[in-house]
Amino acid sequence: MKAMRFLFAVVTFLSCSVAVASELAPDQLLKKVTDEVLEVIRNDKEIKSGDTRRAMELVETRVVGHFNFSRMTQLAVGREWRKATPEQKKLLTDEFRKLLVRTYSNALTQYKNQTVAFKPLDLKAGQIDAKVRTEIRQPGTKPLNLDYYMEKSDASWRVYDIEVEGISLVTNYRGTFSSEIQEGGLDGLIASLRTKNSAVLVGSRASKT
Amino acid sequence: MNSTMRNDVSIGRTLAIVAVSLALGACSSTSGNKKDPIEGFNRAMFAVNETIDSYAVRPVAKAYDDYLPVVVKAGVSNFFGNIDDVFTGVNNFLQGKPGDGASDLGRFVINSTIGILGMVDVASDIGLAKHDEDFGQTFGRWGVGNGPYVVLPVFGPKTARDTVGFMVDRYVDPVGNIEDVSVRNSLSALRIVSIRAELLPADKVVDEAALDKYSYVRDGYLQRRRSQIFDGDAPRDTEEE
Repeated sequence: MKAMRFLFAVVTFLSCSVAVASELAPDQLLKKVTDEVLEVIRNDKEIKSGDTRRAMELVETRVVGHFNFSRMTQLAVGREWRKATPEQKKLLTDEFRKLLVRTYSNALTQYKNQTVAFKPLDLKAGQIDAKVRTEIRQPGTKPLNLDYYMEKSDASWRVYDIEVEGISLVTNYRGTFSSEIQEGGLDGLIASLRTKNSAVLVGSRASKT
Repeated sequence: MNSTMRNDVSIGRTLAIVAVSLALGACSSTSGNKKDPIEGFNRAMFAVNETIDSYAVRPVAKAYDDYLPVVVKAGVSNFFGNIDDVFTGVNNFLQGKPGDGASDLGRFVINSTIGILGMVDVASDIGLAKHDEDFGQTFGRWGVGNGPYVVLPVFGPKTARDTVGFMVDRYVDPVGNIEDVSVRNSLSALRIVSIRAELLPADKVVDEAALDKYSYVRDGYLQRRRSQIFDGDAPRDTEEE
């Protein structure tokens, strides 16, 4: 009986928190995730001293759920995406996801004492696409604009692009990807991404020891 | 660098370099990127610049960043930023934004006086936001297209339009026009080191993110310029989606 009540409490709690998460506006959701992540980093010496692997664990548990990697990959690959087989699409998405997660985690290890300010978002009823503007502030330097493009699907908002000072992290790969595809086709691009991902892994292991 | 010679000489030289690069482009192999018709030349120049950076500029910027206190670095950055504000203001007027232009000139007056020769950015604290304009952006506002992408020796990525804008920027630049050669050289070097030091955190990120550093930097530069011309409000590029 006790166990039943406990189980009921857990289920209620879970469904409540899911409901709350899905009802959050895109900027509120991002603010919540950002606050959580920065709180962890501030208290984690290893991340602050440049341990990318630890930062990646944090990103995997707290951040990736809010990103739409298949949309991101589709945007970066461009018009060749339509010609990809489901298997190629999956491989491309997996490899590109690894690359983005590591880049993002790596950027987190550079965190000093910056604060993140969210600019007001004017969200209309029924809107399913939004640009959330933030500013990274650091004493002594110009603030850095960091904007998130988000879309609503299945009742929750997910990020499909990040722009740093007007440079889109996703579409910035388009030029590279299209020349890779021209040279070696979609499989050539998959192979290049794999090589890059394994090279960087070896590199970060080497720099740690 | 232009600091070691008179401005008009360096501008003539830059023009010659652009002319040569465009001519070389006609015979260099391309991968068919229409924004980058002289890719072969650009890649070679990019490699040269990377070498110069890793041996000469980056180590100095690293030492500067490691050993100087934040207050000093901020003072230096603000000092040069204050000079930039004047031309940001001029360009805002040229782009038909007199409100922003007046605010930029107001910033210059306030920071040059209360802000001790521009070293303290008092104006930002009282709500006059810093803008970022140059002649390349003004030409862009006026409807001049990018033209081919060019990697200049030492100065790095530019578009043909921004190369011309950059020459105008240099021509009116007060630091480059200082009569005393040693003062001019020292200030020019300090400005380069200060700007490079602020970019240090991006190095590792770019190295790890880029499949091909050349095209990653090129496309980043082109996106950044596009965003600057629209003052950060560029319509989303939906090409090829």
